[in-house]
Amino acid sequence: MELLATRARDYRPPTWLAILRGLLGPTIVVLLAVVLQRYSKSLFADEYRVWDDVLLKVGVNVILAVSLNIVNGYTGQFSIGHAGFMAVGGYTAAFLSYYGSFALWGDTMPHGGFLSCVSEPAEFVGRFADTGDAWFLLVLLAAGLAAALAGVVVGLPSIRLRGDYLAIVTLGFGEIVRVLLDSTEGTLSAEEIPEHSWASRAHYLGGPMGFFGQPFYTTHFWVWLFAGVTILTAYRLKASTFGRAFLAIRENEVAAQSIGVSTTSYKVYAFVISAFFAGIAGALYAHQLGNALAPSELCYQKSFDVIIMVVIGGMGSITGSILGAVLVTALPEWLRQPTHVWHVGLAMILVALAFSRFRVSRTVVLMALLTAALELMRFLSLHYEVNLERYRMILYALSLIAFMLLRPQGFFGVYEAWDAVRFWRLRPRGKTAAVGATP
Amino acid sequence: MDGLSVGSLYALIALGYTMVYGVLQFINFAHGDIVMIGAWLSFWICARLGWAGNDAPPSLARAAATLLFAMVVCGTLGFLIERLAYRPLRSAPRLNILITAIGMSLLLENVGQLPIVFGTENQGMPGLLPKETLLSVAGVNITLIDVLIIGCSIALMAGLNHLVYSTRLGLAMRAASFDTKTASLMGVNINRTISLAFVIGAMLAAAAGFLYAVKYTNLNQPAFPTWILLGLTAFVAAVVGGIGNIRGAMIGGVLIGLLEKFGTAYVSSSFKEVYVFSILILVLLFKPTGILGSARVEKV
Repeated sequence: MELLATRARDYRPPTWLAILRGLLGPTIVVLLAVVLQRYSKSLFADEYRVWDDVLLKVGVNVILAVSLNIVNGYTGQFSIGHAGFMAVGGYTAAFLSYYGSFALWGDTMPHGGFLSCVSEPAEFVGRFADTGDAWFLLVLLAAGLAAALAGVVVGLPSIRLRGDYLAIVTLGFGEIVRVLLDSTEGTLSAEEIPEHSWASRAHYLGGPMGFFGQPFYTTHFWVWLFAGVTILTAYRLKASTFGRAFLAIRENEVAAQSIGVSTTSYKVYAFVISAFFAGIAGALYAHQLGNALAPSELCYQKSFDVIIMVVIGGMGSITGSILGAVLVTALPEWLRQPTHVWHVGLAMILVALAFSRFRVSRTVVLMALLTAALELMRFLSLHYEVNLERYRMILYALSLIAFMLLRPQGFFGVYEAWDAVRFWRLRPRGKTAAVGATP
Repeated sequence: MDGLSVGSLYALIALGYTMVYGVLQFINFAHGDIVMIGAWLSFWICARLGWAGNDAPPSLARAAATLLFAMVVCGTLGFLIERLAYRPLRSAPRLNILITAIGMSLLLENVGQLPIVFGTENQGMPGLLPKETLLSVAGVNITLIDVLIIGCSIALMAGLNHLVYSTRLGLAMRAASFDTKTASLMGVNINRTISLAFVIGAMLAAAAGFLYAVKYTNLNQPAFPTWILLGLTAFVAAVVGGIGNIRGAMIGGVLIGLLEKFGTAYVSSSFKEVYVFSILILVLLFKPTGILGSARVEKV
């Protein structure tokens, strides 16, 4: 035994290397966020300025989809209340940043430094702790914590309920949040704020019209920083003992229990982690220019959208969730103003080909058809002036149904894009070995 | 009285949810949209036949014809939806059927919004039935429409009850919902039974849509949230009654209708949905299988 332990220690990388390797992910995430923020203005030509906004929406949806994937994909539970967590986070954040900004600076304008300034030159430069950036970071974390608390509340019924019934409870939670927010009153103006105590201000959250007046702090930096953190967390979860308990529950709950996984507490953990990031996504959504933070925007339809992203990409796959978020967000926008997509299609076909070891599989055909259909629609709308805008949602619904019929497991199934390397390396040599499962 | 008539509408819609859940174990999210289609179809046919004008006299025969039309068309629609969208996925994971149902719901809403179909304007349903108050007992007005709605729902539910509990088709349906595989081994045509569940569910939904349109004459545009909320509330009714259980859905519907109306009248009208969903969560926490549902032992 001792010998075995000694030998294992020999194979383990030195501590400093392990720490460095652990820091690699966060460093990449921060660098990517900074670079995106720095060059976001020059990323799109003027006529495609809309896509700058779409890119922010994609980022928020990536956070939502990847975090929902932890509950729905990893743990195999079925939550239809993700928008509820988002609303909890969003409203907590809006409340804090609106009334908090007033308490700190006496007005509700953004006081961002270089990280979250909407206006072009950063007009407020000072110590980081004095800027709105520091405040916004706190607001985001508070939103995440509030949503996580809601996650505990929703996760607890999972002690008694499973399957469809749990799904119904999450749906009910989302609706109750929506109705409660509907019954609040319009936000207070600057003159009215001092007349109300902090506790009574919670009653003025905008009501059915939505929350107005919060400063717009959301920028590429914040969105992609937290998207990166979410992806990294999901990735590390999948590789850790803690996360494998989730996967075990998904595969077989009874078997997981029999090997000592406390299924109920792990289900609550999954809900809490997922809700935390949903809350942050809600906060980012709330502080983005052009979004309406209204109860009607954050109802079950938003939850369905996120579920669609996860299922299209493939339940349990991080890359799948990201791809699903990008597709579901970008496709309706694309239908407004169709551009060439064949290069994107080609890239996706190549990934699919790598998965099927360069044989023409059903997925490859599906991708080619999809690309061809999108190009055809672009052609029709440009040359025959078919108004795609009007048929936008119909096309979306039809493609959703068609996709479910043709590829029920989603684009990636439970695999990740980086698994393609392994598939390629493990490709069968002889003819007899070709029977193995192809994704 | 209002509660009873709304409750019986919920019961009608809930029956569709519960029958589909009984045989396929999945929540048919497109069901609420069938109700919408039913309501709009009855408006559409009235407008087409020139019954929509203000001078058109209320007529029971016309109301019955409209109801029949909506039921037949929606029944066909239900059959087609099952055949084209759900049947190919019968062996796939249930989540996929659920997503397909969401897609179908989006499709119905947005096709309904097309100008050549129903358009995006709110419309006023013609008064096919006279708005009379029959009698008032202790300050409660009993209108003819309420009586007709309750009568109509009871007739439909009695018919369904007879079909499910005293005919061979109903026996097949109950067998399929009990254990699909064994039932098909015993010679039950599963495909036909499932189709039947969808057709009946859609017809009841159409009837509910028609009655809803007669009661609340302001028809909201097809994608308006009221339609989906109507469906969701009915779904809650199905769960409260015990999903998969036909008699449970009837009781649940009436219960939810009464609760909603009493809550609105005595506490506050802005929390209508909160009552419904709180009851849902309470029922799920303390008796997850609903009022009439029986617990199933989970097998390893």
